[in-house]
Amino acid sequence: MAKVTHAKKSASVNPLKMSQPIGAALAFMGLRGCMPLLHGSQGCTSFGLVLFVRHFKEAIPMQTTAMSEVATVLGGFENVEQAVLNIIQRTKPEIIGIATTGVTETKGDDVEGFIRQIRLNHPELKDFPLVHVSTPDFSGAFQDGWEKAVKRLVEELVRKPENVSRRDMQAVNVLPGSHLTPGDIEELRTIIEDFGLEPTFLPDIGASLDGHIPDDFTPTTIGGVGVEEVFAMGNAGWTLAVGAQMRAAAEAMQAKTGVPFRLFEKLCGLEASDDFIAFLTEISGRPAPTKYRRQRGQLVDAMLDGHFHIGGRKLAIGAEPDMLYDIGSFLHDMGVTIEAAVTTTHSPVLQKLETEEVLIGDLEDLETLAKERGCDLLLTHSHGRQAAERLKIPFHRMGIPMFDRIGAGHKVSVGYRGTRDLIFEVANLLIDHRETHTHVTPDTWRTPWGEFGGDLGGEVGGAEENGAAIATSRSH
Amino acid sequence: MSLSSKIQDVFNEPGCGKNANKSAKEKKKGCTKALQPGGAAGGCAFDGAKIALQPFADVAHLVHGPIACEGNSWDNRGSASSGPTLWRTSFTTDMNEQDVVFGGEKKLFKACKEIIEKYDPPAIFVYQTCVPAMIGDDINAVCKAASAKFNKPVIPVNVPGFVGPKNLGNKLAGEALLDYVIGTVEPDYTTPYDINIIGEFNLAGEFWQVKPLLDELGIRILSCISGDGRYNEVASAHRARASMMVCSKAMINVARKMEERFGIPFFEGSFYGIEDTSDSLKELARLLIERGADPELMDRVNALCAREEQRAYAAIAKLKPRVQGKKVLLITGGVKSWSVVAALQEAGFELVGTSVKKSTREDKERIKEIMGQDAHMIEDMKPRDMYKMLRDAKADIMLSGGRSQFVALKATMPWLDINQERHHGYMGYFGMVNLVKEIDRTISNPVWQKVRKPAPWAIAGESWQEKALAQIAQEQAELAADPVKAEEARRAKPVCMCKGVSLGAIEDAIRDGATSPDAVKEKTNASGGCGACAIRIQEILDQGGIVGQPTQQINVAAE
Repeated sequence: MAKVTHAKKSASVNPLKMSQPIGAALAFMGLRGCMPLLHGSQGCTSFGLVLFVRHFKEAIPMQTTAMSEVATVLGGFENVEQAVLNIIQRTKPEIIGIATTGVTETKGDDVEGFIRQIRLNHPELKDFPLVHVSTPDFSGAFQDGWEKAVKRLVEELVRKPENVSRRDMQAVNVLPGSHLTPGDIEELRTIIEDFGLEPTFLPDIGASLDGHIPDDFTPTTIGGVGVEEVFAMGNAGWTLAVGAQMRAAAEAMQAKTGVPFRLFEKLCGLEASDDFIAFLTEISGRPAPTKYRRQRGQLVDAMLDGHFHIGGRKLAIGAEPDMLYDIGSFLHDMGVTIEAAVTTTHSPVLQKLETEEVLIGDLEDLETLAKERGCDLLLTHSHGRQAAERLKIPFHRMGIPMFDRIGAGHKVSVGYRGTRDLIFEVANLLIDHRETHTHVTPDTWRTPWGEFGGDLGGEVGGAEENGAAIATSRSH
Repeated sequence: MSLSSKIQDVFNEPGCGKNANKSAKEKKKGCTKALQPGGAAGGCAFDGAKIALQPFADVAHLVHGPIACEGNSWDNRGSASSGPTLWRTSFTTDMNEQDVVFGGEKKLFKACKEIIEKYDPPAIFVYQTCVPAMIGDDINAVCKAASAKFNKPVIPVNVPGFVGPKNLGNKLAGEALLDYVIGTVEPDYTTPYDINIIGEFNLAGEFWQVKPLLDELGIRILSCISGDGRYNEVASAHRARASMMVCSKAMINVARKMEERFGIPFFEGSFYGIEDTSDSLKELARLLIERGADPELMDRVNALCAREEQRAYAAIAKLKPRVQGKKVLLITGGVKSWSVVAALQEAGFELVGTSVKKSTREDKERIKEIMGQDAHMIEDMKPRDMYKMLRDAKADIMLSGGRSQFVALKATMPWLDINQERHHGYMGYFGMVNLVKEIDRTISNPVWQKVRKPAPWAIAGESWQEKALAQIAQEQAELAADPVKAEEARRAKPVCMCKGVSLGAIEDAIRDGATSPDAVKEKTNASGGCGACAIRIQEILDQGGIVGQPTQQINVAAE
């Protein structure tokens, strides 16, 4: 049971957190033919756009209502209307997702009212999908923006089934959290399909941001879940929600359509994957395919091989709540102790993390704690690179943004296979770091008692160093 | 001075040709006019200010606003520092709901205190953003109080994003330096060889391709604004003997006002390209000699330029056999100097997509404008058209800014970044050779042959490449068979990208009596955005209003 605390400072230093509107924008990007539109100053969009381009290394569709100072004061109806009309004329989208920002929320723009007025002014847009979500920059975090956008998509687009007795039990809805990569979604799609089920992902960034070369090029999203597929989600037999952030959307789905849901707070790790496979076995009525029986064996073997290197490590982890809980819990299963955990926003999963304290704070907090508590493994997004350099500890990048490595979209950590590969990646990182930085010499154990108390003699500095050498040489 | 009068002041900048040409009414409208809801893509004023000032390496840059402004964007600039790393540490007040309701001034003040206690920088730059500007947080007052209380320069940079685009932010950042920084510290010593470099951000550390030359000549960079800059250096920049304003007009207000206030002459120069580098070094020497440096400096500069030019051209000659005749599609980016074009031609490249002839200085300006417009066009260009260019051997590689990267790569067109995000330095004499080498390395990579191969299951005629070509061919055949449609297509060609004005609309305006680009703008709003297409409108006017095509260049793809 972890205690959740807040950093008490006025200057946030080296933020871990990103803002709500771009979390919403990324969710919208999981829809086919979509143009996410941020209602704010053009910088709000351009920063998000650059961030996603650097992370995915893909062209990113994102537009802005380009609010000027005057428009902000007077209200943004004209800007929203013009933006919608321009986008439709220029890019012929199938849907526009509108997320507000700090600027327009401070002013208090009534975007729902704007949308009604736009439909009145332009009858041809009466049925055009315009989905709005309220995401002020000054509250919540990236994950919250994603959560709210998916919930709004369910509320606005999913249709009530006409006849509940004719539910399509093969059809399964999947509501993935923002901590899943396009690669994770692709892996889930494969697993679910292998049970003879037909999944619909909302949103489906696995189909839009996987870096494929499309047959036709559009300025909107290429691939993703189609609006009419979302309409039909109410006919599915089940909804699988991945990550606690997806509970709200799953509940909205159930309330609207009666589709029952099962929430998977974790999909990384042996037990989490077992639960997932068991559930699919149950709802599909099919036994687990041989492939997964083999993969489970491989994961068990990888855990055995990996625990030599990962076990006993002191982890400093900075991630949004769902990723923190998912990955943190799995590494705990591998024998890591979570010494420092920093996150961005509130979530019911935080107190379940196997550590004493989870801090809602920034990367300066994480770096300070990691230093104080002698952490020897850092896990966070690419912004941890400066801290890792100063701390001189191995650094595993995970989450958005990952701008200084390629292939961010294809990292997989769900299911037996994803977990297996994550073990290899982390263990190899630790092996490499040890081989580069730890050198045993005839003097290594000359004064070895440092970590057991300096009162038996030996100078303190040298003893500490030797202590570290023992710790790493033990994990051979 | 209030923010709005400051913005007016920036728009009245006499050193800026673009603004000087605007009417009083247009100046009042400022830069906000170019922003089109649903059709804009650039950064905001805050972004521009951050680009201009963040390279000051020992300063703490504190962003006052909600998490979006800093949390979504920090540590994303390619500038390099030779020492301090504080500029890469991110500071923000991360305003929450409570701050928005009760005001963020106290939090900002406390944030300054925390930063000074923990990091003790020589100065803090505080950036104002939209939300605190809306709720009336007075950062000037907070900075004044913090400066007094902590006895440390705390500089307000008043740049809420919604006041305008990036380039306005560049200038407002310059104003903050002029108002609060430059002239506040005396240098330890001065020499007749002290200069300022203004508007150089040391991307990829490329300024260090030039600095050794200045060192060799004994020319001292008193202050670089802002690449690898230090607070005390820029604070003492008023003692320089001459300034060079690099390339863009982003910070012309700084250069001109320093001339006005401190009598420091400046010139606009560039270190991109062999010829331009020599020109710039010579101009620097000339200004320094005018202000009292020993005239023998010019002899040394001439000797150095001759030596470096010889080295560079010899190196390029070595690469020439590998690249001769390769076609480069050059779309403007950061490296938009005329002499880049000259160096590429020297190396034996053929330049396509931009009408390039050796000519006068006025033509250089013209080419900049044309390339600016082409950059716009390429952003709207479809990958299939790009693929056709490649297929028809109209280009072997595209050089551009990051925005058109994916259009090129998805069409399997070799591409090289020559804009801000690039990882290679292309400055000075060596940099130009480096550029030729990088182009060669990119073009000669066997990967292009591999990625263009069809999949084993591909059915002839059904790959996206073949479909794209077939589609283009079909559209062209349709146009050829139908003169009415062809005329429609010709008239539909966009001329002004910002305002979405077609050639036809401009021709109509001319028929209605418009005789100048301004008159055309009055009628159609064309060139009312970035203004780059004014030159094309003039061309259309020159040709009597009815022309076959707006340009012959980029549109080769659509032939």
